Amino acid sequence: MVTLNLLIVICLAYVVFLFSVAFAADRAAKRGRGKWLNTPLVYTLSLSIYCTAWTFYGAVGFAARSGLEYVTIYLGPTLVVIGWWWALRKMVRVGRSQRITSIADLISSRYGKSNGLAIFVTLFAVIGTTPYIALQLQSVTLSFAVFTEAGASAALNRQSTALWISAGLILFTILFGTRNLDANERHHGVVMAIALEAVVKLFALLAVGVFVVWGLSGGVGGIVARIDASQIAEWNVSGSRWAGLTLLSAAAFLCLPRMFQVMVVENENEGHLRTASWAFPTYLMLMSLFVVPIAVVGLDLMPEGSNPDLFVLSLPLQQGQNGLAILSFLGGFSSATSMVIVAAIALSTMVSNHIVMPVWLWLTGGTAIMSGDVRNVALLTRRFSIAGVIFLGYLYYRVTGGGTALAAIGLVSFAGVAQFLPALMGGLFWRGATRSGAFAGLGVGFVLWLYTLFLPSFGPDTILPQAVFEQGLFGLAWLRPQALFGIAGMDPLMHAVMWSMMLNTGAFVIVSLLSFPEPVERLQAAQYVDVFEHSVTPGSWSGGMAQSEDLLIMSQRILGASEAQAFFARQARAQGVSGYLPEPSPDFLQQLERELAGSVGAATAHAMVSQIVGRAMVTVEDLMAVADETAQIMEYSNRLEAKSAEQTRTARQLREANEKLTQLSVQKDEFLSQVSHELRTPMTSIRAFSEILRDTRELSTEEQAKYSSIIHDETVRLTRLLDDLLDLSVLESGRVTLNRKAGALGDMLDRAEAAAGAGLRIRRDKAAADIVLVTDHDRLAQVFINLIANTRKYCDAKKPVLSISATQVGDDLVIDFIDNGRGIPTGQHSVIFEKFSRLGDSTAGGAGLGLAICREIMARLGGAISYLPGQAGAAFRVTVPIKADVAAE
Amino acid sequence: MNAEQAAIIAEKRSYRRRRLVDAARLLPAFGVVFFSIPLLWSNMQGAEAGGETSTTSAMLYIFGIWALLVIASAVISWRLRPDGGDNDPPMQG
Repeated sequence: MVTLNLLIVICLAYVVFLFSVAFAADRAAKRGRGKWLNTPLVYTLSLSIYCTAWTFYGAVGFAARSGLEYVTIYLGPTLVVIGWWWALRKMVRVGRSQRITSIADLISSRYGKSNGLAIFVTLFAVIGTTPYIALQLQSVTLSFAVFTEAGASAALNRQSTALWISAGLILFTILFGTRNLDANERHHGVVMAIALEAVVKLFALLAVGVFVVWGLSGGVGGIVARIDASQIAEWNVSGSRWAGLTLLSAAAFLCLPRMFQVMVVENENEGHLRTASWAFPTYLMLMSLFVVPIAVVGLDLMPEGSNPDLFVLSLPLQQGQNGLAILSFLGGFSSATSMVIVAAIALSTMVSNHIVMPVWLWLTGGTAIMSGDVRNVALLTRRFSIAGVIFLGYLYYRVTGGGTALAAIGLVSFAGVAQFLPALMGGLFWRGATRSGAFAGLGVGFVLWLYTLFLPSFGPDTILPQAVFEQGLFGLAWLRPQALFGIAGMDPLMHAVMWSMMLNTGAFVIVSLLSFPEPVERLQAAQYVDVFEHSVTPGSWSGGMAQSEDLLIMSQRILGASEAQAFFARQARAQGVSGYLPEPSPDFLQQLERELAGSVGAATAHAMVSQIVGRAMVTVEDLMAVADETAQIMEYSNRLEAKSAEQTRTARQLREANEKLTQLSVQKDEFLSQVSHELRTPMTSIRAFSEILRDTRELSTEEQAKYSSIIHDETVRLTRLLDDLLDLSVLESGRVTLNRKAGALGDMLDRAEAAAGAGLRIRRDKAAADIVLVTDHDRLAQVFINLIANTRKYCDAKKPVLSISATQVGDDLVIDFIDNGRGIPTGQHSVIFEKFSRLGDSTAGGAGLGLAICREIMARLGGAISYLPGQAGAAFRVTVPIKADVAAE
Repeated sequence: MNAEQAAIIAEKRSYRRRRLVDAARLLPAFGVVFFSIPLLWSNMQGAEAGGETSTTSAMLYIFGIWALLVIASAVISWRLRPDGGDNDPPMQG
């Protein structure tokens, strides 16, 4: 016979055992010998926190009432865990890279580190978890009651039992959960204890299952026959509940604060998810394997009217298996306590980080330097929060009366936390999700859940009067809590889930689409959605004003003196500074903020650092200033680029000019040497002959006359050469004066022919002779004379013939001079107009300035002279405007 | 072994790995499809009274699929294990 006292002793012994395991694990972790703590197996077992007393007791009751429907609660999480590559991996990575401490932290941090959102999510989570904690209290109380009824010992006051259990749990959780502060330092001890409890509850449930199948039903065949004969022999699950509950449990698995705690916050290594992806579904499968057999045998053997939620316990007890019953009791106790402990830790972290700390900071003037020890305040807050959260659960239990089926209570909780799903998933996968959208979605979901599920769960006339159930709020029929918008006849749970989730998602999406996010939100959105591309946070602290010492003082209060000093010293070393005070660089501030976020949450840490650094948030103005700066830099660089392009151009021009100058210098040298050469030849002969005349006495008169005439000829040639040079220099320098008047082409040609055409047959175009030109006749005639003289000098035909033809092309007159000689070789065409250019070893005299002068004259007259290739002989083309406004003066 | 051969093998390995990731992504979709099949049973029950599904056969189906999913997931995650040092550095703490 098991007495109540024995049970209490067993419970206490079990708790002490758990506590020593947790203590040992913490010590081992602290000494760095905790490698065995950090295994995928421990992680997977800690996930089994999902299986609470609801699973242990409630699933059998669920099965006894609705058949296989209970299995949906485990199929949802199975699918989520199997699909770890989609959501869990991302959540864990974001949680690690942003030092996330809770689901409220994750959501608020995603939407611009908004404290308002964090407070809302925290309150929602506390309210949503309350029924769940009540469920655990109820189940433990019931399990005590089963023993006392069976043992016929002193009648048990359920209310006081529940109260005692609550008190015990509060004490236990505080001892377990608030010995260290930094949430990201993880609760090794708690995780270890949970893993152990997971083994205990699985073993207990399997033991009862094996006993029921092989001990009571004679093996598999027997149990199959029993199931087929039972009242749940047929598949009788409504489609909407099957799909809806699977979805709901999947959503709750992702959103439950305690699941988030073990899955993301306590995660040591992303690789553990890989193992959990198959090990955790296996655990769930084993947990649900014997549920139907136990339910069926319980329905068969237990007296009419006994609570099916307690079959796991009452069945062995009724069969006289006291040892098995105590094992089963311990399994249920494990399930309940582990859930309450972790949920309370998770919620207290949220309450202290997002509600109490900001308020306290605000009350104490915003700086953590001046007053009190933040570390103590945080710990105290958490302890009170734990007590508060568990006490709320007790209140819910008292108010609902403890008579409801466990599964029904749990589902209320599930539907509540599932409201986080749109904001959570939207935040992880959709960049366009905004804070306003999250607020709208969560708000709508919260109100609908409260009105259609949470408040009705207390029963009619407890909070909502009966009239509201029947006629709707304010008598509006379409506002009936279980038939919203006139949709009656639905399962109340599915009704609530459908409306709340649908309108929640709708509001979230529509408001997100319509609103515009703040800069921080957009930065965080990129950080979350593309977490696998870059795992660094944008802190955007521009330091400068920050006082490292103030930061150190504040950090010491939060992190503890030695840890803060070590952190600061490490940072200083990394910056190459000795001592404990690093420069408040943006990088350092960001690191510090993350470090603090582990203790007080991202939003609070951001606020604390910003108060010391003297900047509240990254504002649009900041970003615009940054953008301005960037624009200025870009403008400056553009200017530089333009300047450098200009300089390149100038340099090129200079180079060209330099080349030209060099060329000119070379030309000048050549010119000088040619001129001196040209002058030297006649001078030499003049000197030679004049010396002969001076020194030779016996010269005949003839000889004297001959030599004198040579000297004379040479001086004439020199004079001509100098005249030509003078002429050319006048023409080239543009100082020539033109004497323009009208006159016939024929006259000019006649003059030229008369001057130079002796001994040359000239064929002329008679028709062209009458064309009247307005130009400088003397100069043009000079060109003609030159051309005719050239032909006479250079034409090597036996009977030289020069054809002169003139045609009018537009406003110009084109005059061609073509002879019948060999012409000029192609290679020389470009050279003949240069100064001193004489073709080959021509015997004809001449300085080679004639064509150069012609070219200059024609240029002055506004026309041109060019060599015309491809004619019978040498051919020159003179182009002259008929009525030229001559360009040059 | 020359460098070219090594490159081909590395290529093949990363190809395998990508397909494994595809499988990991698709597995929950298969799970949803298979676990949706019981929805059809409910409809059948309405149509003809004789065609009811018994709880035992439903259990057999559901737990069978469950086990298959677990096995598939185990195989995929086992083969997805990091082979080299390309894994994330372990967290301090």
